[in-house]
Amino acid sequence: MAVKVIIPTPLRVYAAKKDSAEVSAQTVGEALGSLTKQYADLRKHLFTDDGKLRSFVNVYLNDEDIRYMAKEATPVKDGDVVSIVPSIAGGHQAQ
Amino acid sequence: MAETFHLKMNQDLAERIRRHGAETFPYECCGALLGRDSAAGERVDSSAGEPSEAPREALDLFPLVNRRDDSPRNRFAVTADDVRDAEKAARQHGLEVIGWYHSHPDHPARPSQFDREHAWPWYSYVIVSVLSGTPAEMTSWRLNDDREDYTAENIEIRNRALA
Repeated sequence: MAVKVIIPTPLRVYAAKKDSAEVSAQTVGEALGSLTKQYADLRKHLFTDDGKLRSFVNVYLNDEDIRYMAKEATPVKDGDVVSIVPSIAGGHQAQ
Repeated sequence: MAETFHLKMNQDLAERIRRHGAETFPYECCGALLGRDSAAGERVDSSAGEPSEAPREALDLFPLVNRRDDSPRNRFAVTADDVRDAEKAARQHGLEVIGWYHSHPDHPARPSQFDREHAWPWYSYVIVSVLSGTPAEMTSWRLNDDREDYTAENIEIRNRALA
């Protein structure tokens, strides 16, 4: 299935400055895998060293958060759009 | 040679960030920096030794509600929906989200390991220290490509509104 992955502005520098990429995949996880295979420098900003999506990285299939679907196993179809959206967190060390 | 980053903002915007930090004290405040970056998608390379004209300007704020109600004194969280709202607000003004600000109540304006683990490069991360309710030092940081550390970003505060 040909799906479009929207690359957020902060990460475009790791994806040849592209704002999106067309990838072939059966699931959202495969789409992200294909994207980060194509642009290896993206990987560490999306995934932890053990291959899990970073906790602050959210993925949407069209307009639905994949956490409320089948997560990375969520199937995709031709023309679907995958978006990567960070949630922002921070703060100083606990007192 | 280390990269050099600059973030422009006017005095009014800087005061709004400080004021937000004072208003939410002793809890952390947070919000989005809306602005322009003429070098979006570019790596900033100052290795040539030439002074770089600041390509990044913060022109407005999008204050957000700290979603962390379990430890709001030392943590802040902005949901993905908040991020999408901030991006939408930026687009409506012909701007983009160039970074984020938050406060460190009674703590220095230095990024923590927790900050680093929840950040992306490129964004400007502005931190204002608020000591006993009074805004103090304000700094800005960019996460390095290797995610191991931050590089300090110079904040250029101008007295007059930017064009």
